[in-house]
Amino acid sequence: MTMTPVAAPPAARPGAAVHAAAGRKRKEYLSLYLAISPFYILFAIFGVFPILFSIYLSFHNWDGIGEMRFVGFAQYTFMLSDPIFWKSILNTFEIWIISTIPMLAIALVLAFMLNQQIRGKSAYRIAYFVPNVTSIVAVAIIFGSIFSNQFGLINWLLQTVGLGTVEWLTTPWGIKVAIAAMVIWRWMGYNALIYLAGLQAIPTELYEAARVDGASWVQVFFRITIPMLRPIILFTVITSTIGGMQLFTEPQVLLGNSGGPGNEGQTMVLYLYQQAFSLNQFGYGAAIGWALFVIMIVFSFINWRLVMGSETRGLRRGVRA
Amino acid sequence: MTTQHVTSSPAHVDRSSGLSPQAVQRIKSFITHVLLLIGVLISIFPFYWMFVMASRTTGDIFQFPPEILPGDRLLENIRNLLASIDIWGSTLNTLIVAVCTTVLVLFFDSIAAFAFAKFEFPGKNVLFIILLATFMIPSQLSTVPSFVIMAQLGWVGTLQALIVPGAVNAFGIFLLRQYAQGAIPSDLLDASRIDGCGFFRQYWNVAVPLLRPALAFLGIFTFINAWNDYFWPLIVLINPDRITLQVALSQLFGLYQTDYSMVMAGAFLAVIPLLVVFFIGARQFLSDLAAGALKQ
Repeated sequence: MTMTPVAAPPAARPGAAVHAAAGRKRKEYLSLYLAISPFYILFAIFGVFPILFSIYLSFHNWDGIGEMRFVGFAQYTFMLSDPIFWKSILNTFEIWIISTIPMLAIALVLAFMLNQQIRGKSAYRIAYFVPNVTSIVAVAIIFGSIFSNQFGLINWLLQTVGLGTVEWLTTPWGIKVAIAAMVIWRWMGYNALIYLAGLQAIPTELYEAARVDGASWVQVFFRITIPMLRPIILFTVITSTIGGMQLFTEPQVLLGNSGGPGNEGQTMVLYLYQQAFSLNQFGYGAAIGWALFVIMIVFSFINWRLVMGSETRGLRRGVRA
Repeated sequence: MTTQHVTSSPAHVDRSSGLSPQAVQRIKSFITHVLLLIGVLISIFPFYWMFVMASRTTGDIFQFPPEILPGDRLLENIRNLLASIDIWGSTLNTLIVAVCTTVLVLFFDSIAAFAFAKFEFPGKNVLFIILLATFMIPSQLSTVPSFVIMAQLGWVGTLQALIVPGAVNAFGIFLLRQYAQGAIPSDLLDASRIDGCGFFRQYWNVAVPLLRPALAFLGIFTFINAWNDYFWPLIVLINPDRITLQVALSQLFGLYQTDYSMVMAGAFLAVIPLLVVFFIGARQFLSDLAAGALKQ
């Protein structure tokens, strides 16, 4: 620590200099705490307090205006026996599966192709990222017309090639496929660029060694690319899980607050929104929020174990071989 | 940047066919381009389709086979749109929210990130772990109570209900801290300290100029997210005269489902500013995004 002459006059005793340094240190601490304080203040007001309050709310019956009435665990027991709550969970998971798996598979293939020595790489990267920066509301409106039952582009294409039309926006699987298509379209390029960054970080020596050993294209992909990308794949699986569990705008704009005919597009967050802000069941909305939180934690943990667990197994196998 | 790859190496001779390595290479590159272009087509097509619908009448869209080339009625549809909803008002609201949020986030996140990255103070590690832990909490959990807080503050229906809660975030602090650790040399800070610079002078004179590339990325990212935000504005902006573009667009879609071409003109206007912002910063943005993901 250097002492600056400003704080300690030339004639001062050593004790005074130490004292001045300590004072300066304290002043610096104050500045530092001041610098980081906005996050903690806002988090206390709009993070900690709402979370505590939502526990309290979930044990009450409240329409937002009248008296709050304590109901104990009634919201939670009602939730467990509420068929639409379970349906919204099932819908969310079904849409998550039919969107995430194709999306990440396509993204991986795109990234693998973009990692070849080809021209126009940065133009491709920009084109693939464009869907991700667009307004989801606009996207939902556009996809609503593409998947429209009577005059939709997809049904026109299906008819032109001689297949029958599909009632996309009124049948259970039609609704889910239309929502999944939006998710895939929006996040495919994003994930491809994340994978591309991972691919570029793989040392070239590995590929050269594989070439010397005469490895085929497929072997290279499954023996080098996939194992080396595992941490990045984990990252994309976790972010897709969190995003998929919070799916809201696509079904809400496309199908309305009840998730369309037979609640087939009703997701967990859409159900929370409908109960709390459309039907004024604030206590029940808070209880659904907690259920959502528990489901997300458990599901992220399972994902993490699946991807990382197979990594440790792979390593062990590698040691044995 | 360019990675030498086994499949694209000219030295690799395909034994199964009798083609020369150059020919094999050319065929492979051709197939790659075709597949990539199909992907580009899928990524771009909905925008093209939006433009086609926005520039035609609803009757043109609802016919078999549909018209697939743009028409000449874009301005007329926009005129109808302006007569139906206050698009300029909602655009202005969105712009205010997005600009204020971006400026506040850049300032609060960077100054906190600078403190965490380059200084020691009691409780620093614990505070940083708390900050990271807040990533895990889904925002939906606090939606209902946040609305109640806004009601208590009298902020329901106002724009500060959108700006204030989003004025600082853990993601940006984390991102900038990672960047600042490498980008700001400690010698430079020591030198400025000897010159008598306090923390805030060091932040403004030393840290901000060096953090500029990361700030550009965070700025574009924050602006786009604020512009596109829908869930919270939908809840808290209950006054129909004061809504953001996304909420206006979804109301328009709900009210005028029969006039598709007008709704599409609205979608077109909502998307254009974003595409402009994105294309201006695209290259920087994409490389920083990728670098950020690698660090995680």
